[in-house]
Amino acid sequence: MSDQKPREVLLAPIFANNPIALQILGICSALAITTKMSTTVTMCIAVIFVLTFSNFFVSLIRNIIPSNIRIIVQMTIITALVILVDQVLQAFAFQLSRELSVFVGLIITNCIVMGRAEAFAMQNPPLISAVDGFGNALGYSVVLLIVGFFRELFGSGSVFGVQIMPLSTEGGWYVANGLMLLPPSAFFLIAGFIWILRTFRVEQVETEEFEIGPNTRVSPAF
Amino acid sequence: MFEHYLSLFIRAVFVENLALAFFLGMCTFLAISKKVETALGLGIAVVVILTLTVPINNLVLNNFLDEGALAWTGIAALESIDLRFLGLMCYIGLIAASVQILEMVLDKYVPALYNALGVFLPLITVNCAILGGSLFMVERNYDFGESVVFGFGGGVGWALAIVLLAAIREKLKYSDVPHGLRGLGIVFLITGLMSLGFMSFAGVQL
Repeated sequence: MSDQKPREVLLAPIFANNPIALQILGICSALAITTKMSTTVTMCIAVIFVLTFSNFFVSLIRNIIPSNIRIIVQMTIITALVILVDQVLQAFAFQLSRELSVFVGLIITNCIVMGRAEAFAMQNPPLISAVDGFGNALGYSVVLLIVGFFRELFGSGSVFGVQIMPLSTEGGWYVANGLMLLPPSAFFLIAGFIWILRTFRVEQVETEEFEIGPNTRVSPAF
Repeated sequence: MFEHYLSLFIRAVFVENLALAFFLGMCTFLAISKKVETALGLGIAVVVILTLTVPINNLVLNNFLDEGALAWTGIAALESIDLRFLGLMCYIGLIAASVQILEMVLDKYVPALYNALGVFLPLITVNCAILGGSLFMVERNYDFGESVVFGFGGGVGWALAIVLLAAIREKLKYSDVPHGLRGLGIVFLITGLMSLGFMSFAGVQL
């Protein structure tokens, strides 16, 4: 495992092995905050920070953690990092931290963080683990940013709060699509993302338990 | 009083469904919804844990962490202390501990239920719905009674959503889904449609 190239470790999670699209990890705390680009970017930065450093620190002490309490140890490290992010946000960007509400705290239970600590950082040296954490966080951010971009553009006609398409309510021509601001749209957008990704990377399609046979024609009884 | 609790319960189950309106516990929600039976087991485990941990965390918040909460100790230096920044650490620790204790109690006294829940119990510690429940309780300043109702209601809502999704997925096996959408893609679409359905409860007021 230790002879992995940093470049591969960094780039693989972005498209080839995307944590959201392929591993179904970390969707929990993510989708609710993608209605606006500003909150999305904040969340991405927070996750990149937490994931990179949690992987680094877990890997640093991987040889002295007794294996039966490793989950608690990992969780304590992650929680400490999340508290750090939360406090910084409350101190310097209070409005943003109000909008993110409970979802910063929920980075703790974000499966990507625990998953990478358990699957990669426990077996690999610190630096490559940090790179792996960074790469996975980037893969997560890519999906989040795409979803956030479409939701804000079509939901409120703006990107980062800058009006791109003038809304009809303010005398412009664009009728805002309110659905984009509601929870279901995030599911549809992710489904679309997975569909597009899997059309180009056919090997990612899950194998079916059984194949559906072609329609059988009812033969005339007489 | 009763109406207040009932309204809170209905809101937690339908209007502010933890899974479909706040995306909480999505990883387990999507991964363990292939069969109705396992989904039901997991759902019950979530109901039990949420009903336990939300009130426990509420007690911890009001008696130890909140500003001035330590006044009951009678020590002057502790009266003005504000430990809320330690909240996250305490909540997740308490959740992990209560899951562990519940596991041992079930193993000893109700082995049938313990075997039915199987691996789901330890998994629940890292389910965002559980921590999310506690964090919503903190953010919305629920008192003890409200947090019991909210914990139970939130759990029931989550369980309802996962059982419904599992039922749909069992039927879905027989349908011809476009190739790239098979598996995860179609599950996302269905969850989106379910979420759309639950949106229609939005105006419900008791």
